[in-house]
Amino acid sequence: MHDIITSGFLFPNEIEVHWSVMIVLYPYITGLVAGAFIVSSLYHVFGKKELEPIAKFSLVGAFCFLLFACTPLLFHLGHPERAFNIMFTPKFTSAMSGFGYIYSFYLVLVLLEIWFVFRPAIVQRALESCGIKKAFYWVLALGSSDVSDEALAIDHKIISVLAAVGIPAACVLHGYVGFLFGSLKSNPWWSTPLMPVIFLLSAIVSGIAVLIVCYWVVMVVQKKPVDTACLHSLYKYLWGFFILDLTLEVLEVLTMFYEAHEEWHIIARMLTQKLGFSYIFLQMAVCSVIPLVLLGFVSLKKMSEITRNKLGLICSVLILIQVLAMRWNVVIGGQLFSKSLRGLTSYSPTFLGREGLLIALILFALPFVTMYIFNLILPVFDKQETQESES
Amino acid sequence: MNNDRREFLKQTGWTVLGGSVYITLFSLLPGSSRAATATQHLYAFIVDTEKCIGCGKCVDACKRENSVPEDFYRTWIERYTILEDGTVTVDSPKGGSAGFNPVKTAGPVEKSFFVPKLCNHCRNPNCVQVCPVGATYVTKEGFVLVDEKHCVGCSYCVMACPYGARFVNPHTHTADKCTWCYHRIMQGHTTACVSVCPTRARLFGRVDDPQSSVYTILKKNRLQVLKPETGNEPLTMYIGLDKEVR
Repeated sequence: MHDIITSGFLFPNEIEVHWSVMIVLYPYITGLVAGAFIVSSLYHVFGKKELEPIAKFSLVGAFCFLLFACTPLLFHLGHPERAFNIMFTPKFTSAMSGFGYIYSFYLVLVLLEIWFVFRPAIVQRALESCGIKKAFYWVLALGSSDVSDEALAIDHKIISVLAAVGIPAACVLHGYVGFLFGSLKSNPWWSTPLMPVIFLLSAIVSGIAVLIVCYWVVMVVQKKPVDTACLHSLYKYLWGFFILDLTLEVLEVLTMFYEAHEEWHIIARMLTQKLGFSYIFLQMAVCSVIPLVLLGFVSLKKMSEITRNKLGLICSVLILIQVLAMRWNVVIGGQLFSKSLRGLTSYSPTFLGREGLLIALILFALPFVTMYIFNLILPVFDKQETQESES
Repeated sequence: MNNDRREFLKQTGWTVLGGSVYITLFSLLPGSSRAATATQHLYAFIVDTEKCIGCGKCVDACKRENSVPEDFYRTWIERYTILEDGTVTVDSPKGGSAGFNPVKTAGPVEKSFFVPKLCNHCRNPNCVQVCPVGATYVTKEGFVLVDEKHCVGCSYCVMACPYGARFVNPHTHTADKCTWCYHRIMQGHTTACVSVCPTRARLFGRVDDPQSSVYTILKKNRLQVLKPETGNEPLTMYIGLDKEVR
């Protein structure tokens, strides 16, 4: 605590930054959930057939990210063993108290949808396997082996309903995370009604981007050709949502600058002195302007598919970094200036330790490991066995 | 007749539903907790900035009374130095616990003064509103306290307090802050900081007791609170608060 560099005056209890890199990671992973789920719903609810190659993967991706969305919070809490107090003794005046319920509802919803989508594959594997493997797949099938056309038609209806309910649920899940910050009137960097909307749009953007990158990696590893129509469509969605997201992000700061309330001078100092790299350079310059322009070309201009896909991939990676930087700048930035509006503190995450970078990296890697394991159990990219191909 | 009954049941149903929604929404509004729990805000804390000499005895007494961890503060003193050119410098070395060294300035000083700070025990406390598990609560006498056996240590209340009065205790890993020495008050004593203040810059007492040290001041003085725009309605009030103080 003694080597924290401060300038100006801070209230004595403000020297230490309480919400660490774990609280940066939490909305980042939650955003990937919401974004990935919305892509799957574009196919299931809105009938965007060109997204079929990635529809199942987006659902599985959402599920895997969702499984680990809470873990950064557990590493952050002073008393993780009391984490369930949030559900057992919730105080509903708190925006945070809804988390347990919203999260649980969404987890059940995604789990149900995955089960219905993969039911034909589960049944098929149960029939083809033997021994323990067979028993495992029968347990997964919950004893249901009916994959007749009638049964699948019912499944398809249920999937559509779940996907439709999932869209507002995804919006609530991530809009709510934005609300956690946006509703804190004590902090002028957070307290804006735009915050939930910005979080939601950046969630969708990051979800689409992570799917593009993962799809690419999987296809390269499996030495399969990418579906160019699917990717082209994703680039367009990515561009559209990114335009909205960036517009609101810029508007938020522009409004603060123009209104110039008494807190603006310290926010401006924070942005230039403390977040010069992560906000001005990374979030706004490199990772916003480049993808914004390139995705315009990728979406509208005629070019070879190889070039289009390479540019699209670069943009997706940049946007993933942009959203991570945005989470960092919101969460950490909001704690770098004093509520006395007279001073700045600093924050450098440790590498080791409970809230260190190593744990953060491991937690972020776990959803991808889970996706790999899921793919070993059930075929995420094999369209012959699953519901999508039949419905 | 059946239609009448159906209509009656329908209207009753809508009334009950509407009433439930109204009550639920009302209970979620900030400040409604005091109505629901019949909280009375019986006490107030008065800080007279004209009298504070920045000796730091109050900070030290608070630390000893409440075993406040090093580098964290339940109360602290800020020194404001305003130069003739309008430059404002604020400092609070070690929370003011060891007093203040003479100030070195770049120009002539227009005015300099001390401002003791502590939890404001607000009527509409942000911290109580945002605590997700109800570990931060308002007692029936109006004290804002933390149940350290129930707090999950999420720090949301620390973020929500506009006064920087809260911190996460590195020993208990839960939210911590000034309690207005609740344990002493309930035994008929005053707060540790008030008891050691040599200039009576800090006063604490019941708002409804004519014998209380704050009673007359509340009746006769013009008082200010910190950050009134937050709507928190602090019950720690100030005499002679300068516009530069936040």
